[in-house]
Amino acid sequence: MRRMTFAGAIDDALGQAMSADPRIIIFGEDAPGIRRTLFVRFGKERVLGTPISESAFLGAAVAAAMGGLRPVVDMGLVDFLGVCIDALLNQASKVQAFSAGRWLVPLVVRCACGGGYGDGGQHEQSLWGWLAHIPGMAVVVPSNPADAGGLMLAALEHGTPVIFLEHKLLADYWLESLGSGGRKTVQYDIPAVGARGIVPNRWQPLPLGQAAILKEGSDLTMVSLGVSVHRCLQAAGELAERGVQSEVIDLRSVAPLDKQLVCASVAQSGRMLVVDEDYEGFGLSGELAAVVLQAGINFRYGRVCTQETIPYARDDEDIVLPNVQRILSASLKLLEN
Amino acid sequence: MVADLWKLYERMLFSRLFEGEVARLWRQGLISGEMHLGIGEEGIAAGVTAHLQDGDAMALDHRGTPQLLMRGIPPISLLKEFLGLPDGLCAGQGGHMHLFASEHLAASSGIVGASGPAAAGFALAARYLRPGKLSIGFFGEGAVNQGMLMESFNLAAIWKLPVLYVCKDSEWSIFTYSTRVSAGNPSERARSFGLAVLEVDGSDVEAVWAAAGEAVGKIRNGAGAYFLRARCFHPEGHFLGDQVVRFTRSPVKESLRMMPALINSLFKRGGAPIRSRLESLSIFLSDVARSSRANSQKTMDPLRNARRKLVNEPARLKEIELRVKREVAEVVSEALAGKERNQNA
Repeated sequence: MRRMTFAGAIDDALGQAMSADPRIIIFGEDAPGIRRTLFVRFGKERVLGTPISESAFLGAAVAAAMGGLRPVVDMGLVDFLGVCIDALLNQASKVQAFSAGRWLVPLVVRCACGGGYGDGGQHEQSLWGWLAHIPGMAVVVPSNPADAGGLMLAALEHGTPVIFLEHKLLADYWLESLGSGGRKTVQYDIPAVGARGIVPNRWQPLPLGQAAILKEGSDLTMVSLGVSVHRCLQAAGELAERGVQSEVIDLRSVAPLDKQLVCASVAQSGRMLVVDEDYEGFGLSGELAAVVLQAGINFRYGRVCTQETIPYARDDEDIVLPNVQRILSASLKLLEN
Repeated sequence: MVADLWKLYERMLFSRLFEGEVARLWRQGLISGEMHLGIGEEGIAAGVTAHLQDGDAMALDHRGTPQLLMRGIPPISLLKEFLGLPDGLCAGQGGHMHLFASEHLAASSGIVGASGPAAAGFALAARYLRPGKLSIGFFGEGAVNQGMLMESFNLAAIWKLPVLYVCKDSEWSIFTYSTRVSAGNPSERARSFGLAVLEVDGSDVEAVWAAAGEAVGKIRNGAGAYFLRARCFHPEGHFLGDQVVRFTRSPVKESLRMMPALINSLFKRGGAPIRSRLESLSIFLSDVARSSRANSQKTMDPLRNARRKLVNEPARLKEIELRVKREVAEVVSEALAGKERNQNA
């Protein structure tokens, strides 16, 4: 066993896969600098810098994957997908269906996501619900180093397009670059077990679509992902002191969605609280309610999500993003008779 | 027409000192997130904005503070915005990359290249609603690899829009040396769409003023879109805390932080032959070195270059410099007092 950072684990798993499969290449803006350990280890033919041309290089990655390569594209922030969404919305996600399953797009798109460091509403979005809305794409959101490495390996083996989202509060190099670079005067609410932890000596793929129960409990089911999972665990700890036993589920991927595990837990607790850093309307939180309703389960429902454009001012931002206080009050409301 | 160098220098100086204070407050942790300064671009901002009138629009990128200051946005409202205060320019909701001032028709975006279509749209609105007015689109040379910017050039040309595209060429696309990722050059691209192209040294504010004046005059008279390429240099790199800049300023400390992982990569089992590993390591290090050479460059400083022409009137120069320094200090202390009041409220 080794201890690694969240970002270190992903690059380590990627390195393991790259040394086994020469078809895997990485490209993206500043990739030789951002992925410098892989750039040195695998050379300039395997890690390519791109111009600031998202439409071109993501679009090219789709066809490069169809042509036999296994591209891993570094998109920078998930917000920048807005520039080139056609490559995913109308190309990558459609090929398998249009070709009646005869042609696949083995593509992994890495994006940094999430807020909590004061960069404003154009650089801190989550957008996993928006992406998972499109059929034909997997969307992965790990919450700790061991899962992140295993999910990266699974994403590379998945065979169809996978969006791999790394929360900036977990990925130290992103936070270092976007908020804390060179100054020690700012603090962030970084979940320690999410940012650094024990990982296996050799990576094994962690299948997509398998949620994990991080804490067992029968009074209330909290369903979450990414950094919010850690906020849930903290809230669950405080609820336990009041005698409330909450179950905390880490979805790990939005698509495929582990409906079974969620339904089984909610069937037992009768209460579901979705904690989702993505936008509230028309997204994951509503989808989960629909899934459990369709399963014919009777339950009470609440959600803690982001309801508006994320404000720049740190104090405002902390209120708008899911936080422990909001989770606690939503939980207590669900527990009222 | 002759440029009023005293006025241009004063505007550049205010912007420089203001952003110097922004950097200080950022380092103190009072400003969150990223911070892209326009330090090094003041010659371009001053030379272009001097020609703007009420009703003209500006589409700005993530580095728009100097232009907004020079267009007359109250500096206190900008600084309060950066501090995240409710009485900031955008009530603390936007931050430095997302600044909007509707009465000045000035809009920013943190998405590279987005100022291209925005400038085209402002120009279109001007043609219908404000004849004789125009829009300016500011962006860096890294943005010319964005499809939306190229598409905007085409739109501006076929619709003969009253727009001036200003390419602030710093030679660096974020952390990548631009020629590594760009074919041809920005001016040739603009020319191929039929835009009238002017090239100028952005560290010479009088030259920028003259070129922008020529373009703006012709655009107002219906000549269609212009492209002005002005070279510049960012002493702070892409943003505050830029790793490459830090590497060049404290090479030992940063090497100790970065090198162990890179040396590990040289020898890690599985990967490219050692020769290619050494080659990529040397590419990485040579980009750092290239940036460090650029960092020692003073000749691209627009303030230094303007000041050299003004030293023959030392008393006047001193009066301006002391006054601007005092004005900036007043803005800072007022903003910080506002922050304190806000925290106590």
